Amino acid sequence: MANKIVNEPLFHIAKRGNLPLWKAILIRGGAIVGAILFSAILCGIVFGKNPIKIIGYLFDGILGTERRIWLLIRDTALLLGVGLALVPAFKMKFWNLGGNGQILMGALIAVAIMRSNIGKNNVLVANILMLIGSMAIGAIWAAIPAIFKAFFKTNESLFTLMMNYIASGIVAYFLSVWSVNGTGVLGQVKTGHLPVVLNAHLLTIIVVAVLTAIMHVYMKHCKQGYELSVVGESENTAKYIGVNVKKVIIRTLAISGAICGIIGLLLAGSIDHSINEQTANNMGFTAIMVAWLAKFNPLMMILSSLLIAFLTRGMGQVQTECNIANDAVANLVVGIVYFIIIGCEFFISYQLKFKKGKNSKESSNKSKQKTVKERD
Amino acid sequence: MSLQENTAREVAVKFENITKTFGSVVANNNVSFDVYKGEILSLLGENGCGKTTLMNMLSGIYFPDKGNIYVYGQPVVIQSPKDAFAYKIGMVHQHFKLVEVFTALQNIALILEKGQKYDLKKIREGVNQICSKYGFNIDLDKKVYNMSVSEKQTLEIVKVLYRGTDILVLDEPTAVLTPQETKKLFAVIKNMREDGKSIIIITHKLNEVMEISDRVTILRKGEYIGTVLTTETNEKELTEMMVGKKVELKIDRPKTEFDRPILEIRDLLVKADDGSVAINGTSFYIRSGEILGVAGITGCGQKELCEAIAGIRDIEKGLITHDGESLIGLSPKEIIKKGVSMSFIPEDRLGMGLVPSMSITDNMMLKTYADGKGIFVDRKNARERAVALVKKLSIVTPSTETPVRRLSGGNVQKVLVGREIESNPNVIVTAYPVRGLDINSSYAIYDILNEQKKKGTGILFIGEDLDVMLALCDKIMVLCHGRNMGIVHASKTTKEELGLMMTGSLDLSEAKNKEYGKAKDSRLTDEQWLELEQKENSEEKGENDNG
Repeated sequence: MANKIVNEPLFHIAKRGNLPLWKAILIRGGAIVGAILFSAILCGIVFGKNPIKIIGYLFDGILGTERRIWLLIRDTALLLGVGLALVPAFKMKFWNLGGNGQILMGALIAVAIMRSNIGKNNVLVANILMLIGSMAIGAIWAAIPAIFKAFFKTNESLFTLMMNYIASGIVAYFLSVWSVNGTGVLGQVKTGHLPVVLNAHLLTIIVVAVLTAIMHVYMKHCKQGYELSVVGESENTAKYIGVNVKKVIIRTLAISGAICGIIGLLLAGSIDHSINEQTANNMGFTAIMVAWLAKFNPLMMILSSLLIAFLTRGMGQVQTECNIANDAVANLVVGIVYFIIIGCEFFISYQLKFKKGKNSKESSNKSKQKTVKERD
Repeated sequence: MSLQENTAREVAVKFENITKTFGSVVANNNVSFDVYKGEILSLLGENGCGKTTLMNMLSGIYFPDKGNIYVYGQPVVIQSPKDAFAYKIGMVHQHFKLVEVFTALQNIALILEKGQKYDLKKIREGVNQICSKYGFNIDLDKKVYNMSVSEKQTLEIVKVLYRGTDILVLDEPTAVLTPQETKKLFAVIKNMREDGKSIIIITHKLNEVMEISDRVTILRKGEYIGTVLTTETNEKELTEMMVGKKVELKIDRPKTEFDRPILEIRDLLVKADDGSVAINGTSFYIRSGEILGVAGITGCGQKELCEAIAGIRDIEKGLITHDGESLIGLSPKEIIKKGVSMSFIPEDRLGMGLVPSMSITDNMMLKTYADGKGIFVDRKNARERAVALVKKLSIVTPSTETPVRRLSGGNVQKVLVGREIESNPNVIVTAYPVRGLDINSSYAIYDILNEQKKKGTGILFIGEDLDVMLALCDKIMVLCHGRNMGIVHASKTTKEELGLMMTGSLDLSEAKNKEYGKAKDSRLTDEQWLELEQKENSEEKGENDNG
C-alpha cells in the first residue's frame, strides 16, 4: 500500500485539571526566580559585570539599609493603594485606565490647600480639607467617564485615558502659575503637611493597610460589592434583580476615583510635599498589573504589589551601581520579568501534550513531516 | 444483531481508541466505531457524553489526546478544519457561521481557496446543480439577515456540500426547525445518502433518530456503549442504553383545579431592541394551577414577552395585570415581590438569572441580597439555602461555593429553577428550562414544574420541543412574528397544526372575534379594564406632555 505524508503535530495544547495549590505556587515561584536569574545574566552581559553581583545589587537596593526597606514598603503600599482603587471598577468590567489622572488631580488639590492661607495658619483644618478635596476631585474625575458610559455607552477605556492628559495639562498650568521664576518647577511646599507618624513613610503604609481591609470587606461582604460584581458579569441579570445599573456604575467609579485621590493626597501631603506632571509615576497603569496578577483579590494584591515594587526599586539600584543614566535597560529587564511571570500563568491553566507513539522521537527530532505507513 | 450483513460495506470513517480530556474531565474515553459509506448514523447520548467533542475532532476543531481516525482506510491527522475539508469532511454546527450582510451566494463564495477565481456565475451553476440533485430550495440572492433559521441551515449545508463533502456531520440540526421544516431536511438528507454520502447526525430526539437513521451509535459519559440497527431497536432500548438504567418515558400532566386567571395580558405591544415590533397586540391569560405553553420559532417574540412581564422591557401599549392589579410601571423588584418569577435560559444557558462566575451560594441570594438592614449581605443564610437546594434537587457539585459555570448544564438549570421555586412564586415564567438538557435532567425539571402546578402556581412555559409541550402543557399558545396565532388545548391539537401556526399559515385567532385571549371570568370587570386602560393612557399622555 502507498505511503502517505501526514502532518503529525509535535504537540498540542490541552487544558489542565485543577492544579494542586503547591504546584501552582511552585510554578509561579519558579517563574519569578527564573526571571530574575535570566535578567541578571542579561544585565551581566550588557553591563559586563558578574551576574551574581547584579543579583547582589538588586537585593542591596531593597534591603541594603533601613531606609531602603522603608522605601520598598512605602512603594508597595502606594502601588497597592492604586490597585485597590482599580479593583471595584475592574470587577465591574469598567476598564479604568485613568488612575494617573485621578491621582494627579488629588495631589493638585492637596498642594493647592497646602500653599493657601489655611495651610499656613491651621494645619489640622487644612489636612481635613485636603482629605475631602482630594477624594472629591478624584471621585469627580472618575465619575465623569462613568456618567458618559452609563448614559451614552461611551467607551470607558478611551475616556479615562483622555482624562489623564487633561489632568496633566491642568497640573502643568498651575505649575507655571505657582512657580515664581517661570521654570515650571514647584519647590517643596513648607506648610500644611500631613502629620508625620514615626517617619515620612509610615502614614502612607497605615492608610493603605486600612484601605486594604476596607476594600476586602467591601468586595466580599457588602451589598454594594455584590451588586457591582453582578453588573460586571451580566447587566441583564443585574437589571432583572432590580439593580439600578447606571447608579452602580457611577457610584463604583466615584469610589475608585476617591481612592486614587487619597493616593494623590499621600504623595503630595506626606511624601513629595510638591507636585509635578510625573507625580503619579504611571502607577495608574502599573497597578493594573497588580490587580490582574492577584485576580482582583485585595489580600493577594499585597504580594503582587510587593513583587512589582521589589523589581522596580531593585533595578533602580542595579542601574546606579552600573552607572547607567538612562532608565531603558532597567525598564527592559522589568518588562522581561513581567513577561515571564504572565507567561507562566499559561502553564498553570494549560499543558503541552507531546505526541506519543512509535515514531514520536524521530518526528520530533527530524521534522514535523513524517511518513506513516498505512495499516490494514 | 445482524451487523454481519454490513461488514461488506465500505467504511467511510473509522474511530479507533479515541481519547480526549479537558483537564480532569474525560470527554471521550477509548471510543471506537465505524461509519459506513452511504448511511445515516445517529450519534445519541445525554448531555456532556462527548458527542460534539468527538465530532469536533473529526472536523479539526480539537485534536485527540490518543487514538486514530481513518478516512476510507487511510490514517489521517486532522489538525484544522482545513485538513478536514481536504478529507471531504464537513460539519454544520449548531450556531451558524455565516456573514449576515452577504447574500447566500456570496457566503458560499467565501470558501474559495487562494488562487481560485471569484467567479460567481460558476459558483451559481455549481450550487444550482447541487440543489436540484438533492432537492434543496434556496434563494441564492437573499441576504442572510433576511433568512429564517431553516434557510440559514440549508445554506450552511449547501455551502459544505459545494466545497465537496462526502462525510457530513450535523450537530442537532432540528433543534430550531418546525415539524414541516424538519421533514424537508430529512428528505434532503435521505437523497444525500442515496448519493453515497455518509451523514452523522447528533441529536437528543429519539423519535427523529428512529425516523431518519440507519444505525444508532450511543455514547454514555464519554464511553462508547454500542451501535444498533434502527430497525432492530426501539426508543425504550435506546434510552436505556443512553442513561444506563431503565427510565419511564412519560411526562405527567396532573389534573388540577384551575382557578381564575392570575396573570392577564391584554393587547400587549412591545418593541425589540432594534425598534421593530416584537409582541404585536397579543392577549392571553394564565390561570392558577395551569401550564400555558408558548410555541414559536426562534425570535418570534418570546424573549421580549418574558422581559415585558418581568418589568425589564418597556411596554408600548397594552395592559398586564396580576391578581387584578396592574404591573405596568412597577420596577422588576416590585414585580418579583408580587410573586412573579421569570427565568430565561438563553442559547448560552447562563445569560439571565444566574451569574456564572459566582458560587451557588452567591447566586442563591441574587434576588434577596438587598433584603434586611445594614450594608452587609447575609451570606450565611444564603449558604444554608444553597445546601438545602443541593440536597433537595440532588445537584451534583463539589460544594456550594463552586462557581456555577463549572457545573454541568443540567445542574445549572436545577439551581436556577430551584431558586425560583424556593421564593414561592404564584406565577412562573420560564423560557427553555430544559434547553440542551439530557433526558434525566429534563424530567427532573418537568417534575418540579408539575409540583408547582399542583400547588396552584400559574406557569408560562416557553419551549422548543413540541412533543414535550404537547405532553406537559394544559394549553399551548402559538406566537408568530409576535402575534398570537391561537391558543389550543394540548390534548386536542397535533404537532402539524402547531407547526402551521408557527409559520403563520394557520391563524385561529382571526377566525374568532376581537376578544380572543381575554378571559371571560377575568378578575376585573369590563369597566375596570376600561378604567385601567384610560389611566395608563392618561399617564402616558402626561409623560409626553412633560417631555
